[in-house]
Amino acid sequence: MKTSGKAFSAIGRALVILAIAAIYIVPFYWMLLTSIKSQGDVLVFPPTFWVAQPRWENFGEALSAFPFLRYLLNSVIVSVAIILCQCLTVIPAAYAFARFSFKGQKALFAIALASMMIPAQLVFLPVFLMESRLGMINSYASLILPSATSAFGIFMLRQTFKQVPEEVIEAARLDKTSEFKIMIKIMLPIAKPTIATLALFTFISTWNDYFWPLVLTTDDRVRTLPLGVASLKMAENGIAYHTMMAGNLIIIIPILIVFLFAQRQVVKAFTYMGKK
Amino acid sequence: MKLAKARPYLMIAPAMAVIGVFSLYPVAYMLYLSFFKWNMMGPKIFIGLKNYGDMLSSTDFRQVLGNSLEYMLLSVVAAVSLSFLLALFLRKNTAVNRFLQASVFAPYVISFVSIAFIWSWFMDSDYGLLNYVLKLIGLPAVDWLNDPHVALKSLVIVSVWKGLGFDTLLFVSAFHTIPAYLYEAARLDKARPFAVFRKITLPMLSPTLFFIILTNIIASFKTFETISIMTQGGPLNSTDTLAYYIYQYGFKFFKIGYASAVGVALMLLVGIFTILYFLTLGRRVHYR
Repeated sequence: MKTSGKAFSAIGRALVILAIAAIYIVPFYWMLLTSIKSQGDVLVFPPTFWVAQPRWENFGEALSAFPFLRYLLNSVIVSVAIILCQCLTVIPAAYAFARFSFKGQKALFAIALASMMIPAQLVFLPVFLMESRLGMINSYASLILPSATSAFGIFMLRQTFKQVPEEVIEAARLDKTSEFKIMIKIMLPIAKPTIATLALFTFISTWNDYFWPLVLTTDDRVRTLPLGVASLKMAENGIAYHTMMAGNLIIIIPILIVFLFAQRQVVKAFTYMGKK
Repeated sequence: MKLAKARPYLMIAPAMAVIGVFSLYPVAYMLYLSFFKWNMMGPKIFIGLKNYGDMLSSTDFRQVLGNSLEYMLLSVVAAVSLSFLLALFLRKNTAVNRFLQASVFAPYVISFVSIAFIWSWFMDSDYGLLNYVLKLIGLPAVDWLNDPHVALKSLVIVSVWKGLGFDTLLFVSAFHTIPAYLYEAARLDKARPFAVFRKITLPMLSPTLFFIILTNIIASFKTFETISIMTQGGPLNSTDTLAYYIYQYGFKFFKIGYASAVGVALMLLVGIFTILYFLTLGRRVHYR
């Protein structure tokens, strides 16, 4: 009786595992398959689960539907610039909030935290109006500046800096090490995992961002990849799923490969984040 | 000495400047614009509270508000319960579980645009795989994105599918922080499984639980890509939510004042839920 119960639960468990895997893997397999089908193969019912004659032209068609290289370059420039800007603004601010006490500190920190509750979808209209008055629309700056700092980053990094034992810093101060050197030589190395995690977080969100570029740019010269992919839907008359999926695959593959290789680190980093 | 006093202010200045210019000032500017009639080109005309009056008496707005709240409720309940169950199921650190965790997490690193594409193809009512599977197991086909009673729920499915991995990961790591001796003590006391769950697991998980609830509430109000790509707010406005509505009024109809008034309403809504969170749930959080 007991063994059959155990066998049942093992089978049940296996079924749940298969179901979860299917729910998360089939959509990707379906994208892969559709990307090499011809339009005729796509529009049949019931659908086919294998392609006898892959149609590689789909990728060329997707790539030529929008200025792919330009968009790719723009995505790289904007993501890298935002990460650099965030390092420059977040690290000193987090350090000051963690290790100094000054007038208005609590209020200023509360303001920074409150800004986390103000998403782009709330303020994009005034930000657009402000940037267009300053003539910034369709520039890299228009995309970089709104994300040039991260309240979330300040919050996380402040926690990390606070956890550094006071004795370590006192010892350095006794050795007459300057505050600046303490920050660079002692605090930064300790905070490295947190900074790496934050950078990864920022990279994922800016690389994938659709909303800010949609609102703040109209020009191919500065638009980024998510907008290019989104334009595939309007590219042809009717919906050409095979081209859409081919284009989709091209921009998903790099980030998915990075994820598969760095999967352990990524999961570890996010777990680490979650524990805070 | 003077420099030492100014130092912390100098260090936070760049970050605070960005927050001031791109978060606080826009909120103030939006509030100001909400009292005007303006089409972005001509002069601004002060009309007092008329935009708010128009908003409250608009049936469209009421529908959009209802959609947003329904979306929030559905996505929070689904995300929290599914990620909790999944974490419970995957909490042991085995190879299979690690693989599943990674698979569930994968969509989290991918753009919402791509996810929306994959799912609009998946949910295609004529040639989509989802309806094929339904027919295969003898269920009627569903008009996922064209039925006004279904479309909003379909979008919830997509965003829960995308975000589930992250929430699950947070729960799994929270499970691992519960000290084993608590369970050991409960076992010695012959505590019933439900009591163990209610008295140990739940309180120990509460900070994570409430963090996940709050982030999902805010994420639900930010939903834009899936709507813009999969349904454009339709059918019959059934998937039009506040963020998309503001975008439409601002960038399609150029009714800046009205869009700003709706923006203020959205801000109040986000604010109310955040404050409610801190007053009720946040207070009861069990901190270690």
